[in-house]
Amino acid sequence: MREPTPSQTVGPFFGYALPFADGGDLVPPGHPGAITMHGVVHDGAGRPIPDALLEFWQADPAGGLDGAPDSMRRDPVTGTFAGRSGVGFTGFGRVATDADGHWTLRTLPPGPAAPGALPYISVCVFARGLLHHLYTRVYLEDGPGDPLLDSLDADRRATLIARPEPHATYRFDVHLQGSEETVFLEFG
Amino acid sequence: MSTTPPAPEPQAVIDAEMAEIRAEAEKARADGGPEELQPRRDYPPYRSSLLRHPKRPLVAAPEAFTELRGPVFGVTDVTDLDGDLTRQHHGEPLGERIVVTGRVLDREGRPVRGQLVEIWQANAAGRYAHKRDQHPAPLDPNFTGTGRCLTDDEGRYTFTSIKPGAYPWRNHLNAWRPAHIHFSLFGTAFTQRLVTQMYFPNDPLFPYDPIFNSITDERARQRLIATYDHDLSSPEWSLGYRWDIVLDGPSATWMEEGR
Ligand SMILES: [Fe+2]
Repeated sequence: MREPTPSQTVGPFFGYALPFADGGDLVPPGHPGAITMHGVVHDGAGRPIPDALLEFWQADPAGGLDGAPDSMRRDPVTGTFAGRSGVGFTGFGRVATDADGHWTLRTLPPGPAAPGALPYISVCVFARGLLHHLYTRVYLEDGPGDPLLDSLDADRRATLIARPEPHATYRFDVHLQGSEETVFLEFG
Repeated sequence: MSTTPPAPEPQAVIDAEMAEIRAEAEKARADGGPEELQPRRDYPPYRSSLLRHPKRPLVAAPEAFTELRGPVFGVTDVTDLDGDLTRQHHGEPLGERIVVTGRVLDREGRPVRGQLVEIWQANAAGRYAHKRDQHPAPLDPNFTGTGRCLTDDEGRYTFTSIKPGAYPWRNHLNAWRPAHIHFSLFGTAFTQRLVTQMYFPNDPLFPYDPIFNSITDERARQRLIATYDHDLSSPEWSLGYRWDIVLDGPSATWMEEGR
């Protein structure tokens, strides 16, 4: 086994390099069946983090995980981002938090990634001050039989479940530290 | 109500904290502890880390159907010019022209093919083309400092750029970052995601930088330093640096092969 290249913080100046047009819009506005997911990223003092970057990876509504190119289409004429074509579903989103630490994702609800599994969206969190990114998950609803959720006590479990709001909207806050600290994952 | 901001701490305070952590890590390693392959998320000398790391242990995911797969990228996601940071404007940027190349591999040593590599960096004077960078060094109208490319069939990436300058930051008094290029990489699995920084050999600022030294293991820190490669330099044109990248984390192919 080769030793891995260590991580370093994304720092404060990724803003003109990593976010891209339509990064948080996996589907065009008004797309039938679309859901809106949003929330705030907090630090250990409960303050919003205005310079975090979230990435999302998820199954399509049928549970498919093949993804597709098209997330960050480039325009070879102008050398700028051309926006998604909106035809395929890439399963990938990238959103920087705003000055209020808030982010918004418009997507399709993920299907179960395995038969009978509870659907979830995988989230990767980057921020200035965070030396190695963190993974978590957004479950659209709670339910029995999920091996991760079932391994957690009630308080911790609740940090992974999105809260439904009107108009097919879900709220999911991330707490990097503190009494409401989000469950972060590692993969063996 | 007004509060006076605390006076910035001198470098010596940060140096002492870093030395203490390093000595404790070296002792733990000598006592048979595991090599620390990654930076510590809890690294107090890097003041911004204090409130931005979880205090509870990470939870081992019992399954990872989703995370063992990952986003895919293609030729529509990059243009041929995206890999040359010196040709994004009408004129030439100031600075030492460099070529940075290397291979992206998984931990089994297999090439990561057709995946996206993104970079961003300061200009030769140490200034980012970012509104929040207030370092009073000149902006370069011919340099933005962002690039991207797809890895080839051998996992190889190549960028043409200029060598970034060191720059000051406000972690403590007289804090300076060693010259670096930020890298963002994808593997075949979302678990392999990596954002890191590539450094240049023999930078005198290494001992003073709490971000670099958040990796407590000397051998692990060396993995972030590119090698000057004279064979990569082009006569009367550019200097060459080589930096191979190994992505951490399991992948679906790794699982399928039953290892
Ligand atoms: Fe930087």
